[in-house]
Amino acid sequence: MREWILLDSITMTALGWLAIGVVGVAFPRRFTLISRVLFPLGAAFGLVLALLALNAIGSDAQVRILALGLPDLPFHLRLDALSAFFLFLLGVTGAGISIYAAGYLRKGEGTAPGLHCLLYHLFLFSMAFVMLADDGYAFMVAWETMALSSFFLVTSEHRHAEIRRAGYLYLLIAHIGAVGILLSFGVMAGSAGDYTFDAMRDFSTLGNWPTIAFLLALFGFGAKAGLLPLHVWLPEAHPAAPSPVSAMMSGVMLKTAIYGLLRVAFDLLHAQLWWWGVLLLVIGLGSALFGVIFAAVQTDMKRLLAYSSIENIGLIAVGCGLALVFKSFLLPNLAALALTATLYHCLNHAFFKSLLFLCTGSVLHATGERNLGKLGGLIHRMPWVAWLALVGVLASAGLPPLNGFVSEWLLLQSFLFTSGLPHGYLNMLLPVVAGAIALIAALAGFAMVKFFGIVFLGQPREEKLSAAHDAGRLERIGLLWLAAGCVLLGILPNLVITLLDPVTRQLVGGGLAATAASHGWWLLAPISEDRASYSPAIFLGSIAVFMPLVFWLVRRRFHGRLTRVAPWDCGFPLQTSRMQDTAEGFGQPIRRIFSPFLRRSGEHPSPFDVTPRYSSRVEDPFWYWLYLPIARLVEYGTRLIAFLQQGRIAIYLLYSFITLLVLLVVPRG
Amino acid sequence: MNVYALFAQLLELVIALLLAPLLTGWVNQCRAWLQNRSAPPLLQTYYTLSKLFHKDVLIAHNASSLFRAAPYIIFACMALASAIVPTLSTELIFAPAADAIALVGLFALARVFIALAGMDVGTSFGSMGSRREMLVGFLAEPALLMVFFTASLISQSTSLSTIVDTLAHSEFAIYPSLAFAGVAFTMVSLAENARVPIDNPTTHLELTMIHEAMILEYSGRHLALIEWASSLKLFAYSCLGLALFFPFGIPATAEPAALSFALVILVVKLAMGGAALALIETLNAKLRIFRAPEFLGTAFLLAVLAMLVHLLLEAGP
Amino acid sequence: MSTALLHTVPLSGQVINLCAALMLLLGFAMLAQRRVLSLINLFMLQGVVLFASTLIVALTTKQSHLLYSAGLTLVLKVFALPYILHRLIRKLSVKWDVETLLNIPTTMLVGIGLVVIAFNVAQPISQLSGTITRATIGIALACVLLSFLMMITRSKAVPQVIAFLAMENALFFAATSATYGMPMVVELGIALDVMVGMVILGVFFFHIRQQFDSLDIRHMERSKDA
Repeated sequence: MREWILLDSITMTALGWLAIGVVGVAFPRRFTLISRVLFPLGAAFGLVLALLALNAIGSDAQVRILALGLPDLPFHLRLDALSAFFLFLLGVTGAGISIYAAGYLRKGEGTAPGLHCLLYHLFLFSMAFVMLADDGYAFMVAWETMALSSFFLVTSEHRHAEIRRAGYLYLLIAHIGAVGILLSFGVMAGSAGDYTFDAMRDFSTLGNWPTIAFLLALFGFGAKAGLLPLHVWLPEAHPAAPSPVSAMMSGVMLKTAIYGLLRVAFDLLHAQLWWWGVLLLVIGLGSALFGVIFAAVQTDMKRLLAYSSIENIGLIAVGCGLALVFKSFLLPNLAALALTATLYHCLNHAFFKSLLFLCTGSVLHATGERNLGKLGGLIHRMPWVAWLALVGVLASAGLPPLNGFVSEWLLLQSFLFTSGLPHGYLNMLLPVVAGAIALIAALAGFAMVKFFGIVFLGQPREEKLSAAHDAGRLERIGLLWLAAGCVLLGILPNLVITLLDPVTRQLVGGGLAATAASHGWWLLAPISEDRASYSPAIFLGSIAVFMPLVFWLVRRRFHGRLTRVAPWDCGFPLQTSRMQDTAEGFGQPIRRIFSPFLRRSGEHPSPFDVTPRYSSRVEDPFWYWLYLPIARLVEYGTRLIAFLQQGRIAIYLLYSFITLLVLLVVPRG
Repeated sequence: MNVYALFAQLLELVIALLLAPLLTGWVNQCRAWLQNRSAPPLLQTYYTLSKLFHKDVLIAHNASSLFRAAPYIIFACMALASAIVPTLSTELIFAPAADAIALVGLFALARVFIALAGMDVGTSFGSMGSRREMLVGFLAEPALLMVFFTASLISQSTSLSTIVDTLAHSEFAIYPSLAFAGVAFTMVSLAENARVPIDNPTTHLELTMIHEAMILEYSGRHLALIEWASSLKLFAYSCLGLALFFPFGIPATAEPAALSFALVILVVKLAMGGAALALIETLNAKLRIFRAPEFLGTAFLLAVLAMLVHLLLEAGP
Repeated sequence: MSTALLHTVPLSGQVINLCAALMLLLGFAMLAQRRVLSLINLFMLQGVVLFASTLIVALTTKQSHLLYSAGLTLVLKVFALPYILHRLIRKLSVKWDVETLLNIPTTMLVGIGLVVIAFNVAQPISQLSGTITRATIGIALACVLLSFLMMITRSKAVPQVIAFLAMENALFFAATSATYGMPMVVELGIALDVMVGMVILGVFFFHIRQQFDSLDIRHMERSKDA
């Protein structure tokens, strides 16, 4: 009976979130209660959920049928290794974000705090429910709840028109995706009418139906994850939302889409075709390149991070696609390597992207500015936020010894094996894709250096920045938690790989824990020590030892005198803050090199303008290539049909009469 | 982990720290000979470092603690990099700590920190240098990684010791893919070490600088550490090139006799490499900054070609 | 796995593989070149590589007619043709920089794609061949495709001629390395075709220059019906 307690405990914890939300909405204006009691309680529940999920990863799958739901369609819940891993991700990231949100809420801003509390915890609850759902109906209920609660959270400051517009776009694309997912479930459920995942697992693999199910699932989950070309909502919705919500959406909600994709592609569908993997890989690569190029040319700090999320989701999709390719060629251990890299990157991205979004939240609160052109020099006024943001930036750029590098390393290692594939074109093209991934990682470094350098370093570009204050105590705890996660995930990769082993065993039938655990906690050698090895602990240890050693040696042998003077700047006497790089200026080389893929618009003043105005915007070309033509097509179609609306009663009666005649005459027998 | 391996590792680190400025001095000497002028003494770099260490540090009012910490971080990264590259032996205790991909990551870490330090004081030259350095970096890194991939495909491993062992100690064979990869590696190392044709290390014109522009605000011991780190980077890249493409003479063991023999061969190879570098620098002119992406793009494509040629010609059906 | 395989190939085979790789490198270098003089020098280098590989094949298989064709290659492709091209350029007073229709990085990317296609197409063919250097068929096919790409993406006439000659080089290389040469008759026939082609193209150049006062082929687009 002990096993039942685990799934029940997790369900209870998730319901605890719902309870917190209800309490919050019962006392909507009690600020202290909500921010000092309820949100930290939510964080505590997140930790409990993470611990329970950690226990559940290693155990067998557990199933439960709830008494809720429709008469013939009760909710089925299931806790297996895959859901446990994503629940762990939700819990551990949610804990950090909730603590931060407790400190972030300010009196008298936007919506009533109680309503905010309800929506936020409903969001958490629905995401947990998505991962526990074991039949199509429960899944869709949870999915829609997630979409609606996040919509209301995104439009928290609904008095601004562009925020309303961003929310509308988000809801629209979320629903288009939901239709895709629903259709995919419908295809897999077949004609039996049984929507449980177990029935879908027994789905026959004849003909084209598995392919159609996969493509529909890719469409639906890709819309939620932000894969090309359904990504347009991401750069609008994430900046529009309040920062804890952006962090939650970017860090966790995008991963629920990845969870869904993995569930459908590896668990519900049995036999994978190699070209599914190649398609996913190509879409992922395109998204990653697109995201990182646009991230490097942004001027709004939250939009930059949103595009960077698109890039990371693209990389995750590449890993997924590679795992599919390996599995379709019946290479379970290589598929496990690629899948481990993918899941590790999901966890890493949750940590460092949430950390970065929360740091931008602190900056926004302190300065009121999102525009990179009005920030600068904040490392002096906000040292806590700056140094923790540096951890996030280094992790996001994929630099050793932090966590971003480990998942990238694993992904590149799995690409090295693609030259042995039995397919002619694949074994030559896939190693080249590894080069593209290296390019994406390097460009991500560019975008992150731009982000950190312009926001925190240099001179302040506005006068009011000298009044900026550092993050509060609760905010610091949240940031520290996430930064510590980044560091620990980077230094203890073998622990995480052992954690992921049951997940990969469930999905592809192979695992890395056997080889990984044999080398000790400090050495990551997933295949064999000769083949490839990396020790982040030695890395960090040697740098941490060299630095003070050199410092001490230099001080002892020479001296430690230091004087503060005006900046040298090659002898130029005047140094204003306008003379350092702007955000556009820093991104200019990328804009120039990749100009065929960008769409630029702007106004340039003529030499004779009395009040010259200059503006330059980089716009998403997908609007003009894809969305506006579709919108125009829809408008054209509706205009064609609009002729039916004649406005005269006689015509409408004629319609009913014709329908009656047709129904009488046509059906026979 | 025997005592010899530990000794070889420490010796390698010490040799790198001591010889790197000498390599820079030797390259300057060869360049002067080719340009028909008299060069500063061979040990000039040591004199410069000593002078800088003795001077006071003057930093700007608004320089942050990142600015003060960056030289130490960069120096530590470069020292670790030169300890990982197998120069005297392939039996090193740090060898499992980092493979080729981690080495590229290490160089990227140093580059990010120096770019951030350049942006710290908020001058126009600093941010210009950072922007250009990240531009060169983002193109050079994938090319370098592709070169390592080719070497990894040949030796079925990404661990540097295994690569060098396979290439050095198997029978002699001509690998055309390594020829392509060698050209690509030379182009990348010219870019990464701020040499002509990407950047002129002796320029005085700020608008043409990449590397120098980022370190304009540094002085005293900070500048000494950064200059030393640049020499170490050149040393590490040269040793990497020698280990990948001319690995004869690197022993697989760490006995003292083999080590001393390896040291002599290393000095000879580095001398020839330095002279070749000076020759390339003299024969080429510095490229405009926006021709640099083309240059590095060519290097990347050569590296990809190397991999494809390996898959076709050397891997067999 | 790969190193063991490489050691079963004798030294002569390895040198021919090296020549093949150099041919590919030179093909790419010509694709990326901007200046016409460098193009002619690269073509000459390609002739040298061709001569070297034909010589090695001739010496290892002891076929004397290959020695003659190696000598012919040396005389024609390393000395005669570059000299004629240099004289042609001086007489036509062609400008030195060559414009391309696509920018150079894109051209190189397309080139890489062509190389992958050529390698994959040639895999089953090379299994049929009985020589040790059969992998070079893929490279020769890739060189042919690359010179075709060069012909398409250039807008001046002289580089297009050089691309045509480079294509013939690649075909010759395929013939000698994969099948150890072709009958002398076939070879002489091909050489005659190339020479006639050059004469006709030369006449064409003078006519084009007379008509449009420039060798830019884009001017010829004006003569289509508007």
